[in-house]
Amino acid sequence: MSKIKGMILGTIMTGLLGGVAYAADSVKIAFIDPLSGPVATTGTNGLAEWKFAAEKLVNEQGGVLGGRKFEIVAFDNKISPKESLIQLQVAIDQGIRFVAQGNSSGVANALTSAIKKHNKRNPDKRVLFLNYSAVDPALTNDKCNFWHFRFDANADIKMDALTDILAKDDGIKNVYIIGQDYSFGKAVAAAAVRNIGKKMPNAKVVGNELHPIGKVKDFTPYARKIMASKADAVITGNWGSDMVGLGKAIIQAGYKGPIFTYYAASNGITKTFGAEGKGVIRLVAEGAINPPASARTSDYINGFEAKYPDHDISQARIANAAEMLAKAIDKAGSTDVIKVAYALEGMEHNSIWGGKVKMRASDHQAIQNVHIQAHTDENITHALDNSAYGLVKENTVVNAAMDSPTTCKMKRP
Amino acid sequence: MELFFVNILDGLVTGLLLFMLCSGLTLIFSMMGVLNFAHASFYMLGAYFAYKISTYTGFWPGLVIAPVLVGIAGALVERYGLRRVHQYGHVPELIFTFGLALLIEEVVQFFFGKNQMAYDEPHILDFTAFTIAGNAFPAYKVFMIFMAMAVFLVLLYILTRTRVGMIIQAALSYPNTVQNLGHNVPLVFMGVFGVGTALAGLAGVIAGPVLGTFPGMAAVLGSIVFVTIVIGGLGSLWGALVASLLIGWLQTFAASYNIVIGDVLMSIGFSKPVNIDDGAFRDLWTLTVSQIGPILPFLLMVLVLAIRPQGLFGKRET
Repeated sequence: MSKIKGMILGTIMTGLLGGVAYAADSVKIAFIDPLSGPVATTGTNGLAEWKFAAEKLVNEQGGVLGGRKFEIVAFDNKISPKESLIQLQVAIDQGIRFVAQGNSSGVANALTSAIKKHNKRNPDKRVLFLNYSAVDPALTNDKCNFWHFRFDANADIKMDALTDILAKDDGIKNVYIIGQDYSFGKAVAAAAVRNIGKKMPNAKVVGNELHPIGKVKDFTPYARKIMASKADAVITGNWGSDMVGLGKAIIQAGYKGPIFTYYAASNGITKTFGAEGKGVIRLVAEGAINPPASARTSDYINGFEAKYPDHDISQARIANAAEMLAKAIDKAGSTDVIKVAYALEGMEHNSIWGGKVKMRASDHQAIQNVHIQAHTDENITHALDNSAYGLVKENTVVNAAMDSPTTCKMKRP
Repeated sequence: MELFFVNILDGLVTGLLLFMLCSGLTLIFSMMGVLNFAHASFYMLGAYFAYKISTYTGFWPGLVIAPVLVGIAGALVERYGLRRVHQYGHVPELIFTFGLALLIEEVVQFFFGKNQMAYDEPHILDFTAFTIAGNAFPAYKVFMIFMAMAVFLVLLYILTRTRVGMIIQAALSYPNTVQNLGHNVPLVFMGVFGVGTALAGLAGVIAGPVLGTFPGMAAVLGSIVFVTIVIGGLGSLWGALVASLLIGWLQTFAASYNIVIGDVLMSIGFSKPVNIDDGAFRDLWTLTVSQIGPILPFLLMVLVLAIRPQGLFGKRET
């Protein structure tokens, strides 16, 4: 009897030890984003992209520090800042030192200040924050800190790039700005008004309005106002069903000009706009997938689509974030968070999406090419939503907002 | 002025759509005394069923099949769910429908995922019917108006001109007497519930392509439906119609004009505080009517309840 017990115990022990050995071997990245609830699509899509990036771009290339693998550990924050802080603590307790988050600037704001405090109080358990999507400009300005790195272009940079392109078009005289009534919608509107005033002396803002977020059933009345204002261009930061509802209503009201958006693609949006959105919907973002920058880009996207047929490469910067983190760890020669952070600062990286990404040291904001992309079914190599439609690069602003000022006063350890 | 006419038409579309949802709910409510929280979920089911059918056969068969499926689902829910819970009183019934609403939403997401569905208008109706001062009015919306009108007329005819309608009307007020006269009142209840949910399903089929087919579509409409039937008066078809149109126009006009509340206050004699950024009512002065649009129906409901608790066309107190 005791023999059997001993054997069982022994097996369990070896199993446990093996597990521990494996855990110490891999570099874990905590992915804290919504995996349930109303915006879970974005979260699960991001998780798929992180897993694929870690597998394809790091682990299959031999990992970091001579063979250690990246491992993405998912935590569901239900898009609540409070829940995110709990999950952050769980992740830290599990010994995870790298945290990736992107959906909602509200969550990012909570995480960045929590991580700042944590790192101050626990110098032996410091954590690095890889922000891959939260675009609130404050995160790399007033609220910046040494532990936070943003791989996406922030809302101001995107607007800067968008208005650079708009300013070249003399046909645009009237611009209508509409967005959801909360911090991000207001930030987009403010940036648009500021940039248009500065760069487009011949254009005027004919409408600047906020609508209740997630509460509007029918956007037709808003579309009528836009038609009545004789707008040549519409700018919106809307996402999710508010984006689809607004876009469809404007198109059906007879609008023919461009609608410049931040988030009108993937998660069913591309497929829903379909033929209607062609020639109207534009999207400003980093990382264009059409035309693919190289054969490597195409291979990567095809591999992703084969493994995750229901998801899209909708947040291209995730690949940059994974690759740059791997490089930084190798350069630092350890996973020590301070060393990795210093290695990331000022890093220049040849992106898989073409062009260079530079992590600006002064505020930890990635500077990269920002593109205006058009929703269309022509010249699409890599479509979205399993439809015939996708995004094609129309214009590029190289190193968008490279010299933009920052109010960040970074304290370095 | 042209914009005013366009808004009248847009509000009519919104209102009539709301009516299709409310007509079924108001009948169910007055008959069983149950607020069917899952009513908007049946609307959602209608849209998703029709989307699925439309991927195989196009839009038109879905228009017929989806509401029938939703109606059968509704009838089954009444027969095997609500009727069993009924004996324990109204509160368990309420909780039952509330749970059902959550269940339907989760089940739909389980099968269809959380993405927006690419449910589109049929190609025949994908053109501009007419244009008022540059504002296109899609043919599909004209179709929506006629569908809703037809539903109203058919319901009105059945309820007021046929024997079935008479029994339903009687069962609304005196269920026990009707039962004693030899009519199968449970069957009537099941029928009304089935037809009511089928109407919600039909609304979903028609609204899905315009308002979007996504997991939150029931939640967006959920509360406004109850507001409408309370304003209109429980059990009154005319009340549901008038209240729906009222709310449709109210919301459309609120969203259409950027009237700042501060201007309104000034026009009725208030003076603007000098240092507005420090004032306690800072937000009130800078709000626009379109920002508060979604709460206007609730204000109207409070007003109606205070002045005429039985609703605009209601016959009895609730």
